[in-house]
Amino acid sequence: MGNNVLVFAEQRDGILKKVAYEMLTAGAKLAADLGGSVEAVLVGSGLDGLPDMLAQYGATKVYVADDPALGLYSSEAYTDTLAALAGQVEPAVLLVGATAMGRDLAPRLAACLGVGLASDCTALEIDGGQLLATRPIFAGKALAQIKLNSNPQMATVRPNVLAVQEPDPGASATVEPIGAVTAQMRARVVEIAGAGEGEIDVAEADIIVSGGRGVGGPDGFEPIRHLAKTLGAAVGASRAAVDAGWIEHAHQVGQTGKTVTPNLYIACGISGAIQHLAGMKTSKVIVAVNKDPEAPIFKLANYGIVGDLFQVVPAMEEEFKKVLAE
Amino acid sequence: MAYHSVVLVKQVPDTANITGQAMKEDGTINRAALPAVFNPEDLNALEMALQVKEAHGGQVTVLTMGPPRAADVLRQALYRGADRVILLTDRKTAGSDTLATSYVLKCAVEAIGTHLAAWDLVFCGRQAIDGDTAQVGPQVAEKLGLPQITYAEEILALRNGEIVARRALPLGTETVQCALPCLLTVVGSANVPRPPNVRRMMAYKLAATPFDYPELLERWPEFETEEALDRYLAERDQRILVWNAADVGADYGRVGLAGSPTKVLKVDFVSLGASDNREVEDSPQELAEMVRELVQDYIL
Repeated sequence: MGNNVLVFAEQRDGILKKVAYEMLTAGAKLAADLGGSVEAVLVGSGLDGLPDMLAQYGATKVYVADDPALGLYSSEAYTDTLAALAGQVEPAVLLVGATAMGRDLAPRLAACLGVGLASDCTALEIDGGQLLATRPIFAGKALAQIKLNSNPQMATVRPNVLAVQEPDPGASATVEPIGAVTAQMRARVVEIAGAGEGEIDVAEADIIVSGGRGVGGPDGFEPIRHLAKTLGAAVGASRAAVDAGWIEHAHQVGQTGKTVTPNLYIACGISGAIQHLAGMKTSKVIVAVNKDPEAPIFKLANYGIVGDLFQVVPAMEEEFKKVLAE
Repeated sequence: MAYHSVVLVKQVPDTANITGQAMKEDGTINRAALPAVFNPEDLNALEMALQVKEAHGGQVTVLTMGPPRAADVLRQALYRGADRVILLTDRKTAGSDTLATSYVLKCAVEAIGTHLAAWDLVFCGRQAIDGDTAQVGPQVAEKLGLPQITYAEEILALRNGEIVARRALPLGTETVQCALPCLLTVVGSANVPRPPNVRRMMAYKLAATPFDYPELLERWPEFETEEALDRYLAERDQRILVWNAADVGADYGRVGLAGSPTKVLKVDFVSLGASDNREVEDSPQELAEMVRELVQDYIL
């Protein structure tokens, strides 16, 4: 077994996911504690230029499986390709982003390698030469600390939680092409349909503007969408708004929806059911707008505004526009 | 063509609907006070399997792994339309992590194929609300050597040994074509699970495992022995099949704590509350000040 950290650098259509940089930054620190280095692996088709980007964020070596057959994600081919690489380079730690792709890939890969997997981790450290992973359980209501007695020690990492280092434009990495293992590809993607134009996934967003029962109907999300657009934010929703059919399930924050960790969470017309609070309480700054001064959300909010969201949200948007224009 | 679907379900503490009784003073949760429920997305998986049966014919087998009381979710499955239910229970599997769990489940699904009836489809919920790991589905698929369709929202076609299904992803959808047999993990937006059917509740009102016999004998002393009760229930199709890890050919070295590389060192319940809390007036001046602070603090 080696003492390197291997990061699966997820990309789609040649665009790297930000969580890859977050994992490289965290991975470099883990590798230093293990006396090894942090390396990355790219899987896909047409990956020119991406290894340089990974080098800037700390990867000392980038393994590249570039094959037309890997252009679209395949659970089987990606698993088999990465399993072959892991068997060959024997990393001490193997990190995958806890994205939709990562959550499909990592458990399958762990089963293939016969190792344990800590899911959706929010903190990673080395303790006594071993990975110590922290992950939320019970929909964010508790934190569990996990150790893995198998090699490699595998974890998926929640996007947007770990800090990213400043890129070093002068850094370079060794690039090593590796073979694609595409013998088994029984499930094939035949069609991809995108969401609404410009929409951002709440699970990966830096800023979320969220609406709840207080928006009153599907049209009530309009001021929320406007503010989100101004801020480059994702649109979130409480279960009440989703259950009422005002917005699609993909936007839901909280239990059976998603746990989110943005820098800024603006809750509009959300009273703050326990499930919702658990799903967004790790946001760095929380702003709440609600008519009811007794709403539980105010207990969690850094900034609480008692008022009508249909007046406050557009007014807030104007102020953001002014400040951002400066 | 008819299809045999195997549905893997789990009984979980109800972390979704936490009531005041389960909340402690400090805002943390008393896990023991949470009721045990059918994992929500496993109900969506069962519903999808039942719809396959209704559209194409075939049968639905529901399997759960857990302590004897997990038979509750099997009764729930019978009431909703499952043809056969199996409780996989074994003290030696206690403490299994997802790797060990998926190994035992793989053995059990293979045993269903060998001893009961060959299957075409395996369904699971996307994730369980206690651990939220979403690991077991893909791990069972890998161990069974099956292709997987995670985040499945709808089966669009099922014919000629192939399935076409739509996956619900965070941003949009993906349509996947796959050879059978295959494993699907089903999301909550897939369907509205049917409620228990009253006629089936009547038909299966005695459904029990041998673990229930001591209690049943107290209620019906006329049976006198467990054997007599067992014969009576078996004749009426009310005996829930129970397997242990050895019954499904699992190697005890690979289950329970021994087979689990993942060790949970500690669990800290977190309390909900802001450290720095401020009220902002609904006035242009105060909003402008807040926005400036947000921007200056490098949040934007």
